[in-house]
Amino acid sequence: MKKEEVPQDEGALENFTRELYYIKNNSGKYETGLSSGWEVKGAALDQAWEEIERRVKDTIQKVESGVLSPIAYFMELKLMDPVVLAGYSGFSKRKVRRHLKGKYFNKISEAELKRYADTFEITIDELKNFSKG
Amino acid sequence: MSTFKHIQSAHCENGVTVSLLRHQGFDFIDEPLAFGIGSGLFYIHLPFMALNNGPAISFRTMPGYIFNRTCKAIGVVVDRKKFRSKTEAQLFLDQIVERGIPVGCQVGVYHLPYFPPAYRFHFNGHNLIVYGRSGDDYLISDPVMEETTTLSREDLEKVRFSQGILAPKGHIYYPKSTLKVDDELIRKVIIKGIKRNARDMLYVPATFAGVRGINHTASKIRKWRSKLGDRKAGLYLGQIVRMQEEIGTGGGGFRFIYAAFLEQAAERLGNDKLLRSSEQFTKAGDLWRDSALQMAGIYKGRITGQKGFNECADLMNEIAAKEKSAFKELRSMRLK
Repeated sequence: MKKEEVPQDEGALENFTRELYYIKNNSGKYETGLSSGWEVKGAALDQAWEEIERRVKDTIQKVESGVLSPIAYFMELKLMDPVVLAGYSGFSKRKVRRHLKGKYFNKISEAELKRYADTFEITIDELKNFSKG
Repeated sequence: MSTFKHIQSAHCENGVTVSLLRHQGFDFIDEPLAFGIGSGLFYIHLPFMALNNGPAISFRTMPGYIFNRTCKAIGVVVDRKKFRSKTEAQLFLDQIVERGIPVGCQVGVYHLPYFPPAYRFHFNGHNLIVYGRSGDDYLISDPVMEETTTLSREDLEKVRFSQGILAPKGHIYYPKSTLKVDDELIRKVIIKGIKRNARDMLYVPATFAGVRGINHTASKIRKWRSKLGDRKAGLYLGQIVRMQEEIGTGGGGFRFIYAAFLEQAAERLGNDKLLRSSEQFTKAGDLWRDSALQMAGIYKGRITGQKGFNECADLMNEIAAKEKSAFKELRSMRLK
């Protein structure tokens, strides 16, 4: 890649940083240059966020129909998966997976709910009153 | 102890390696050298593992290897620790920082406040340097950022104890000893780095890693559309591009860093054949960029149909062939 080919597209890096590239200078030697972003990568990032939105919406429906519990909704919202959620909450992966199911939600104790609420940085009420939210 | 100097790099682990070693007085080291001596170039398509519900692919060697191998090569002893307790982790960090020693920390990026929000996923393989403290704020040199920054005690603890795959558990590391290296040793470790990298890419005993791994992914890509449908297949391609493009490694960026390394190696060893190899990796980097462009065409909806997927796969087969022949030449080259 040559200096003039270093992409300078607008995107998520703006106002945060620029990226370092290894590029060829005019005498054919490597040097470094800065890029404000590459649109190809920006599009991949946008697509990933659209997918997250889609998953969140999909989860809302499943919570409303009782298939999944509100914990599943907040897990998706915070971009977590059961492994990450188990790590932050301190519950085993198995327990987390069970708590994600709608039919178990009412059996979760207050103390356990509190741990989830803390993990998601919300109140227990927000977790319980999902449908009214 | 001298004052710490922030050096921006394309990739975080290279950057931490360079900054910490330079601080110890190893003036010769720069990013391409650290990457090359640490045999950093790799490819692996992890089996049975999904990341954000997509393929898990890495374009460089395992986390920690570049730092370890480079330090070991030049005879530097590394001290590293992980912790169960957050308090202990904090205490240890404070003691080291108090002594004026900059340290590398493995962190998760989800809670990293100075990171662009769109990049904050639960990704735990990031590295930064803590080089001092001012009250309750820690002075941070993050190699992929242009400038230094700070993190509050709470934020630093959060990112050091992020959760999920590869959870850092407060992982902290720094070079302990300072030795003198002469040109002779530098030449020797460059050659070792090249030979080991060639071995890893050509002969790693797995079909999903090394140059064979690239073909492995290519053959999967050919099947994705009929197996997963357009939407999901497009997402998978987007994920490949995002992994190729961790902040700073721009489109096959690791290949360009490796090409820059070989250029330096050619000069230090006085061997023009290595310049030819450098050219080959520049070409491979360009091809990786082309493949990202092609994939983007699909996930942006500009290219439709199976043909587009086949073209991505063809490009990857071409890359695999190119990297294979380049490493074969390196492997059989008599270097001294």
